[in-house]
Amino acid sequence: MYDAIIIGAGVIGAAVARELSRYQCSILVLEKGEDVCVGTSKANSALVHAGFDAKSGSMKAKYNVRGSLMMEELCRKLDVPYERNGALVLAFSQEETETLVRLKRQGEENGVKDLAILEKEQLGKKDPDLSKEAVAALYAPTAALVCPFLLTIALAENANVNGCEFLFEKEVTHIQKAGEGYEVKVSSPANPGRQESYLGKNIINCAGLYSDKLHNMVSKKSYQITPVKGEYCLLDKSEGTSVSSTLFKVPGKMGKGVLVTRTVHGNILLGPTAESISDKEETATSKEGLKRVLMDTKHTIPDLNTGMVITSFAGLRAHERNGDFIIGEAEDAPCFFDAIGIESPGLSAAPAIGMALAEMVAEKNNYPKKERFQEERKGITAFAALSPAEKEAIVKEKPAYGNMICRCEMITEGEILEAIHRPLGAKSLDGLKRRVRTGMGRCQGGFCTPRLVEILEREWGISKLLLTKTGGNSRLLTDENR
Amino acid sequence: MLQYDLVIIGGGPAGLAAADSAREMGVQSILILERENKLGGILNQCIHTGFGLHTFREELTGPEYAARYIDKIRQKEIEYKVSAMVIDITRDKQVTIMEKGTGLVTIQAKVIVLAMGCRERPRGALNIPGYRPAGIYSAGTAQYFVNIDGIMPGKEIVILGSGDIGLIMARRLTLEGAKVKCVAEIMPKSGGLQRNIVQCLEDFGIPLKLSHTVTYIHGKERIEGVTLSKVDANLEPVPGTEEFVPCDTLLLSVGLIPENELTRKLEVPMDEKTKGPVVTPEMETALPGVFACGNVVHVHDLVDHVSQEAKKAGENAARYILEEKT
Repeated sequence: MYDAIIIGAGVIGAAVARELSRYQCSILVLEKGEDVCVGTSKANSALVHAGFDAKSGSMKAKYNVRGSLMMEELCRKLDVPYERNGALVLAFSQEETETLVRLKRQGEENGVKDLAILEKEQLGKKDPDLSKEAVAALYAPTAALVCPFLLTIALAENANVNGCEFLFEKEVTHIQKAGEGYEVKVSSPANPGRQESYLGKNIINCAGLYSDKLHNMVSKKSYQITPVKGEYCLLDKSEGTSVSSTLFKVPGKMGKGVLVTRTVHGNILLGPTAESISDKEETATSKEGLKRVLMDTKHTIPDLNTGMVITSFAGLRAHERNGDFIIGEAEDAPCFFDAIGIESPGLSAAPAIGMALAEMVAEKNNYPKKERFQEERKGITAFAALSPAEKEAIVKEKPAYGNMICRCEMITEGEILEAIHRPLGAKSLDGLKRRVRTGMGRCQGGFCTPRLVEILEREWGISKLLLTKTGGNSRLLTDENR
Repeated sequence: MLQYDLVIIGGGPAGLAAADSAREMGVQSILILERENKLGGILNQCIHTGFGLHTFREELTGPEYAARYIDKIRQKEIEYKVSAMVIDITRDKQVTIMEKGTGLVTIQAKVIVLAMGCRERPRGALNIPGYRPAGIYSAGTAQYFVNIDGIMPGKEIVILGSGDIGLIMARRLTLEGAKVKCVAEIMPKSGGLQRNIVQCLEDFGIPLKLSHTVTYIHGKERIEGVTLSKVDANLEPVPGTEEFVPCDTLLLSVGLIPENELTRKLEVPMDEKTKGPVVTPEMETALPGVFACGNVVHVHDLVDHVSQEAKKAGENAARYILEEKT
């Protein structure tokens, strides 16, 4: 029996895993996908919100503000790209300006520091490309950018180094009370008919869109998640200089509206839309949605070249019907801990949620802290960012760094080998993409895909025909030539 | 630091022809830089015929056409580096390369010929709604898999865009046993060569659906089909014309873009229309001593035209070097 089974290896599951691995207990993470960060955590705005949006007194407000304060140091320890760029909420009318004042008050009540209202003249100086129609803005200097893939991967990797086990392609189908803990039954897409089960004294439910389903298996107090789809467009890095702060509009009923932001990697990200849907797997973009993203953006930055879209995608937020995060032990299921309804600002809140849940589990069970916890982690070498002398040295030592595989993002074979051979290394094309950005540039993998397939085949020792884009049935190639 | 009179970036048809003609004119110190592990560029994966009718008065395959030029380079003992990717270039003509096995090398050139070719437009530029499953490739990527790796990207294929690579791949995949359902072209007329439409589609009974485009991609893991729609005169999909076409692969042949990341580092004026640098009739960019030729300037239909243009660039680059010396 494991002391703790964490279900879900998104950013929340990975954050809980890392924090809990500070304690003397055995931990297993079960993930339905083939890798960490393949659900909601991979498709969002990649922002650390300052914390003024959430209603004062809500769980969202509490964990957002705490998480935002923890994020910078966490990213430093785990060597994850983080950049504090600040955010502006733009008002286009007197009425909206009044909302800004309300948002500022709410933010201050939530504990957000240094909020300020900027008048029209100050705005023009801050971001000259901004729409001249904006009359005022709320400025939140503590808002920041983070890479959600690398954060989740780093948290999971660090948890793994500290003794936490991970199993992939294990979809939880049943949970039931069993003796002192719970029996978790899983099915595996690799072995469809075969059921396996794992015993855990404590269960931590970090299953994102399916967190309601898992909770309802053991508790009478039921929850209900509705997926809210958000569509995004990503622009080429050549457009990356026109925006410095993240730009929001005054929020409406369906969330924060379409925003314009840079990513930590220098692309421009536009989105999301917000549409309640019924299918938890429907990560498809729509014509109307993409159109709306591009049109709404024009309002914020009239001159943005939206013709430079390099990709578009949709993410699903796990919206619980009461609209707040549910974090803690289930009332009627002892030792079953929940993180339910983790929609925005979930990424921002993840460090705080991870810490809180780990502390709850440890306290309940009296798990003492480990004497040794490896709290730092070094990221994959970013070859392109090295100085000429460093480049020279690393190529001399390991010639694979002298072999450029992804031309657009300048990724070398050395970095790809690191991504494959690290703890919880990449097994698929998308796994590589999330770790080292291969195929994420302007050619979108046109050139590097066959080379990546060759490297994955060689390093994992499995036929090209079995390699996937992202696990399951996402095979890349079908046959040999005749 | 290495020093050469003439550094040619790109060892495809443009770079090879430029090097050949510069040597003919008497330039001794020439270096060709190629990022692949052999010379020839994209011709190496173009195993179909149709190359060289103008240049050699015979029909050659891509590798054969490349070999004619590579032989000249070898006979004339022109220096070249393969697996050498240019990662930086400056206005005072310093070229930094990353060479496999060697690492970073900086080269001072007197004159540079840009011959980096072009790349395919990706799906993102089209912003097609739907899922993002496996099985969507650009036609050139599929061509690499089939012709270089000997492996098939899929069995039931829809091709979007009737560019020449798409047409060539329709035939190639059919010959390998795949079923090509159709080639959809958003424009009322194909941009591909007429001979390719006849020899690659009509001869194999593959429908060319003009004024049609893909309006939705189905399938969460591997692609399961596409929605094809007819478009109106403004290229907008016409409601009610949607048709579901099952497939396991979607190939995109939706245009080529000159590959000018390095050119931009030189801060020379670019032509918005061709997406290449603005050049004089002598193929010189706005920066004196930097010439450009082939698909990096604008996308050519025929490799023979690339070779001609590159010959001219090589000759003018040679004049620039020789005049400076005297």
